[in-house]
Amino acid sequence: MVRILGFLAGLVMVFVAAWSFGWGAWTYITQPPEPNMVKRFHEEPRDLRLASDGPFGKYDRQQLQRGLQVYSEVCSSCHSLNYVAFRNIAELGYSEAEIKAFAGNYKIQVPDVDPKTGEANTRKPIPADHFPSPFPNEVAARQANNNALPPDLSLIAKAREGGGAYVYSLLTGYRDPPANLPADLRPGPNLHYNPWFANLNIAMPPPLKTEGQVEYADGTRPTVDQMAQDVAAFLTWTAEPRLENRHRAGLASLIYLILATFLAYLAYQNIWHGGASRRVRETGPLDPENMAKRQAASDEAGIAG
Amino acid sequence: MSFPWAEEYTPKHPLMRWLDQRLPLPRLAYGAVGGGYPVPRNLNYWWNFGVLAGLALTIQIVTGIILAMHYAPSGDHAFQSVEHIMRDVNQGWFLRYAHANGASLFFIVTYIHIFRGMYYGSFKAPRELVWMLGLVILLLMMATAFMGYVLPWGQMSFWGAKVITGLFGAIPIVGEPIQRWLLGGYAPDEATLNRFFSLHYLLPFVIAGVVILHIWALHIPGSSNPTGVDVQGPQDTLPFHPYYTAKDGFGAGLFLIVFAWLTFFAPNYLGHADNYIPANPLSTPAHIVPEWYFWPFYAILRAFTADFILPAKLWGVLAMFGSILLLFFLPWLDKSPVRSGSYRPTFKIFFLILLIDLLVLGFCGGRPAEEPYVMISQVATMYYFAHFLIILPILSSIERTLPLPRSISESVLHGEEREARPADLGGIRPAAAE
Repeated sequence: MVRILGFLAGLVMVFVAAWSFGWGAWTYITQPPEPNMVKRFHEEPRDLRLASDGPFGKYDRQQLQRGLQVYSEVCSSCHSLNYVAFRNIAELGYSEAEIKAFAGNYKIQVPDVDPKTGEANTRKPIPADHFPSPFPNEVAARQANNNALPPDLSLIAKAREGGGAYVYSLLTGYRDPPANLPADLRPGPNLHYNPWFANLNIAMPPPLKTEGQVEYADGTRPTVDQMAQDVAAFLTWTAEPRLENRHRAGLASLIYLILATFLAYLAYQNIWHGGASRRVRETGPLDPENMAKRQAASDEAGIAG
Repeated sequence: MSFPWAEEYTPKHPLMRWLDQRLPLPRLAYGAVGGGYPVPRNLNYWWNFGVLAGLALTIQIVTGIILAMHYAPSGDHAFQSVEHIMRDVNQGWFLRYAHANGASLFFIVTYIHIFRGMYYGSFKAPRELVWMLGLVILLLMMATAFMGYVLPWGQMSFWGAKVITGLFGAIPIVGEPIQRWLLGGYAPDEATLNRFFSLHYLLPFVIAGVVILHIWALHIPGSSNPTGVDVQGPQDTLPFHPYYTAKDGFGAGLFLIVFAWLTFFAPNYLGHADNYIPANPLSTPAHIVPEWYFWPFYAILRAFTADFILPAKLWGVLAMFGSILLLFFLPWLDKSPVRSGSYRPTFKIFFLILLIDLLVLGFCGGRPAEEPYVMISQVATMYYFAHFLIILPILSSIERTLPLPRSISESVLHGEEREARPADLGGIRPAAAE
């Protein structure tokens, strides 16, 4: 009964799926789907090598400091880092006094309440504050940016396919639209062509325009490419600040587990093989040595030969 | 428990004797996973995966309980509290990555465990209930994993919740009230997040309960084995401890190596980047996809694109749920008296096609719903249903099987020349497949 009902149900499901397939195939032939033009012009992230790549990767603190400089002099005019506090930059190698000074001199103030009157006001950030947004709220942010909302950058390197390489490609990816770009994909007013952006047209104007836009303290030449790489490295850190702990713990765990598993394998073999190995020779079942082993095993298991 | 020659528990220490007389807990453990459970001596490595699934469940419960201490199930704070765990909680990044990748590995080992059962006929009499309880565990796992994925409240969490609960909306008349009841509103929101968190915490313990029933039901007939031949005497078995505990220890080591590799060095490899964007009801992601372990079912859901009497969406929902529910009938669909696929040459071919079919479905389920992926998943869906409902019942009654070994011990103790002797086949039936 189960099989008859199952058979009928199977026929129905196969038929309905075939029906859908038939319609799909018919539509596919009569009205072939239009090629996805966005996909055709969209580009895969460019190659970016960072010190934090790979299982043994560690952050290049010098580079993160440069990236922080690019962020705070350029990106921070529009983008916040909601999940990163000023105190966190101690991990980039800044001392407590330097962090205090950095927060105190930061160009954006944080919202607060006047302790006497209770009125809303703003004050200078302290190390416990998070990197603030220059806009008080979303409406103000959209108002200032032609109705586009600059996203928070804390997690941007994990929230986009390609991670840091995506950030780097996007920042260096502004160019004139190619001549064969269809009209509906051409950038409208206040939009900029960038083949690394999801729909090819990004509202953010090119943020890194000229060499020397920031002045690095460590003497690195601030080319556009260099600044883009540094800020990509910095945003990789803001997205995954515990990466070094993870790599360290992972290495220790793997070494331990491989040793433990090897010992477990020996224990397993030891228990299963008893004293004498029962491995047979490849000469076949009639090899006298194999026959003797078989006899011994049968005796042990209590089977009459 | 299962066989007359099972070793009885004899407490060695006076304290254990005292305990055994009052609360025979050590006796229970000894009979369940100790020297008192005789297991066929010829199990291969595919039999490790049941224990690995238990290990994965334990890892999920332990990491999950600690994560719950730091997580806030509210629309305003859920995403933030996950980032708090990742950044400020001591080893919080490890707990969260272990929990997220642990879910993936739980599904990998469970799927392998299920396919082992399908190939070696472990679902056949007298183990039908073991199989069905296992499927109940799978369904509970799916519900738990789905609700767990909603908790971080990223874009995929939100839109995944919307799409999956929307499936219930496809049911005629009662569908929309059911959807509203599940969500606690018209769209995923605070109420949804709270109830999903509550159920996500509850269901793993329900799973643990069903696992106990699953193991209990298994211990009545005892474990199946790669030959599918019944155990005939003590020479066919070995005590679970130390033989299989040692083997499972080695298997657990290999499992943990893979687990550690993923968790520490590729923690986001199996995830989706969009879930690091906070949930935004006003912005729909370009492609909404569930976690990889749901992709085959998602492909089946989306394979139904044309109305036929019923709306296409309803067919998709029926097919998706049906694709799992039909497995409950597998013991009665595949009536071949030979359990093990090793002795069923034609079955082996179809089993391989089924595996490829599911990989294809999985691949299509992870792609956007556009051609040619939809057409490929339609063909694969046709095969999936045909395999279980049409091919297996017919095949199991007409297939000529290969000679079965006369007993488990003869198949393992180098009795090669006896095993190879053609023993009156075609009609041979394993003794206890009544």
